[in-house]
Amino acid sequence: MADLKVNLCGLELDNPVIPASGTFGYGNEFRFYYDINILGSFVFKGTTKDARFGNMTPRIAETPSGMLNAVGLQNPGIDAVVKTELPKIEKFFKKKVIANISGFSVDEFVYCTEKINSCDNVGIIEINISCPNVHGGGISFGVSPESAAEVTKAVKAVAKKPVFIKLSPNVTDITEIALACEVAGADGLSLINTLIGMRFNLRTRKPILANNTGGLSGPAVFPVALRMVWQVANAVKIPVMGMGGVSTAEDVIEMMIAGASAVQVGAANLVNPYVCKEIIEALPEAMAKYRINSLSELKK
Amino acid sequence: MAKNHGDDFFTLTENKLIAKNTYRAVFEGNTKDLIAPGQFVNLKIDGFYLRRPISVADYDGQTMTLIYKAVGRGTEKLAQTTPGKVFDILTGLGNGYTLRGGKPLLIGGGAGIPPLYGLAKKFAKKGIKAVVVMGFGSKDEIFYADEFRLLSHEVRITTADGSVGTKGFVTDAFEEIDYDYFYTCGPEPMLRAVYAATNTEGQFSFEERMGCGFGGCMGCSCKTITGNRRICTEGPVIEKKDLIW
Ligand SMILES: Cc1cc2nc3c(=O)[nH]c(=O)nc-3n(C[C@H](O)[C@H](O)[C@H](O)COP(=O)(O)OP(=O)(O)OC[C@H]3O[C@@H](n4cnc5c(N)ncnc54)[C@H](O)[C@@H]3O)c2cc1C
Ligand SMILES: Cc1cc2nc3c(=O)[nH]c(=O)nc-3n(C[C@H](O)[C@H](O)[C@H](O)COP(=O)(O)O)c2cc1C
Ligand code: FES
Repeated sequence: MADLKVNLCGLELDNPVIPASGTFGYGNEFRFYYDINILGSFVFKGTTKDARFGNMTPRIAETPSGMLNAVGLQNPGIDAVVKTELPKIEKFFKKKVIANISGFSVDEFVYCTEKINSCDNVGIIEINISCPNVHGGGISFGVSPESAAEVTKAVKAVAKKPVFIKLSPNVTDITEIALACEVAGADGLSLINTLIGMRFNLRTRKPILANNTGGLSGPAVFPVALRMVWQVANAVKIPVMGMGGVSTAEDVIEMMIAGASAVQVGAANLVNPYVCKEIIEALPEAMAKYRINSLSELKK
Repeated sequence: MAKNHGDDFFTLTENKLIAKNTYRAVFEGNTKDLIAPGQFVNLKIDGFYLRRPISVADYDGQTMTLIYKAVGRGTEKLAQTTPGKVFDILTGLGNGYTLRGGKPLLIGGGAGIPPLYGLAKKFAKKGIKAVVVMGFGSKDEIFYADEFRLLSHEVRITTADGSVGTKGFVTDAFEEIDYDYFYTCGPEPMLRAVYAATNTEGQFSFEERMGCGFGGCMGCSCKTITGNRRICTEGPVIEKKDLIW
């Protein structure tokens, strides 16, 4: 029997497949397509202190083998998530979820973390210091080791759950940031967020996205994600959740060979809402093909 | 409650040029998720990462009809596909139109006309014949005028170049229409003109670039009087009174 179980900082997951933040809402829409309780867990949409509408539309553009998004962290705000969304999730998802938190100041990250502390159905807090689609926050914390460490330290000082810091690929040396987060006390790291890109409309000669730039994700970024997960996993001792372009069971295995302890699936959910179910169902056969008895053995 | 991915596989049985760059595609498969005219589907085309949203023009127990314009690489590829091919299509997306009014006016522009066909059919079934105003660029782009005539009280056509019907835009053909409610779909400048030129309540159908089409990505949001909505889920149909225009 293939063993799909993995362990993330003490949290036992039935399998390593986890829908990524921003591509799974608060879980509800996907219940129409399959029973989401088969997932290892899922990460809910990036949540900030106050409600946000996000950027103007168009927010989406197609690319070869992928997409750009510039949603800009649309969310109902942490209070609504704690009061309304998490209790709703508790009714239909019997496992722990991963809370994705964003902010425009260190205080905001701390504020949201304190609110999430009291939510029993949150197993891990993922701190997004890498959103490329908002101004004056988001990614600006994730591009220097000092600010990444500052956020990590402040969040860790109050967090009552394991904290994963979500890293940006839009940096010169991702291992430098990863190490700074580890030293500052991070329990784990999530990577990669999207790569900054652009598309233009040939007729109007203007950018397609209202925000001009957006974040690239999907199969186009898979090799970049593998490279960065491999670099980071070799540099740090804390666990890494790998993501970026994962769409099949083979991709999950490859991501774990690169060094990931669990794997998030993003854009693939949007173009095929059944994809995580199909990946989980295909994993045992793919493992047999590559003579893997247990997924956790891939991570040395 | 949950579905099977297999439920989303449809066989293309017809794909026919019906006007300039305009095609009618008929798909056979499980249509049980379609519950109202004005809903749309999100169709996967080989070689393209994102699906393409297209309104459902008509459906019955086993088939659904889409009418689409070849405007870019995806729809051009679809236009070249021969019947027999199987497509992965998410159906039953969006809220669709709610039937109201005893004297409905249907106003469509170009590629926005298809969802109004299913609506006209639903009204006709209830014994209500709508007035339909259809706007096109030119004579060779006109489609479904006869199909609408069979279901409607009156069909008025406008063309931007005056080659058929009233020269100008749909709002140039509104004179002396007796209506108590309207429905409209078309390019945004047309929708804004309709908003200004109508004097009853009505329903607007919108387009937006979509990441998923089923509410998962927040790619398609807009603001309304009653709060934020996703065009794909709490739309594409929005009532006039809820618009912030
Ligand atoms: C709810 C809804 C219903 C629609 N119904 C119809 C219909 O019945 N008939 C019809 O002809 N067209 C309809 N459209 C427009 C249709 O989706 C686009 O024409 C089509 O996506 C263009 O794809 P392409 O690859 O040919 O163009 P490209 O420009 O190459 O497409 C590039 C990307 O932009 C997106 N895109 C381009 N134009 C539009 C647009 N107008 N709206 C949304 N996304 C767009 C594409 O989906 C794709 O992701 C509808 C759109 C929406 C949102
Ligand atoms: C539409 C969309 C919205 C996203 N929103 C968030 C977000 O709110 N918070 C976050 O940390 N990452 C967000 N991401 C990034 C993904 O979680 C993921 O890191 C990235 O897309 C790479 O994975 P993928 O190639 O599998 O999509 C978003 C991605 C997409 C496509
Ligand atoms: S297109 Fe994804 S939420 Fe509407």
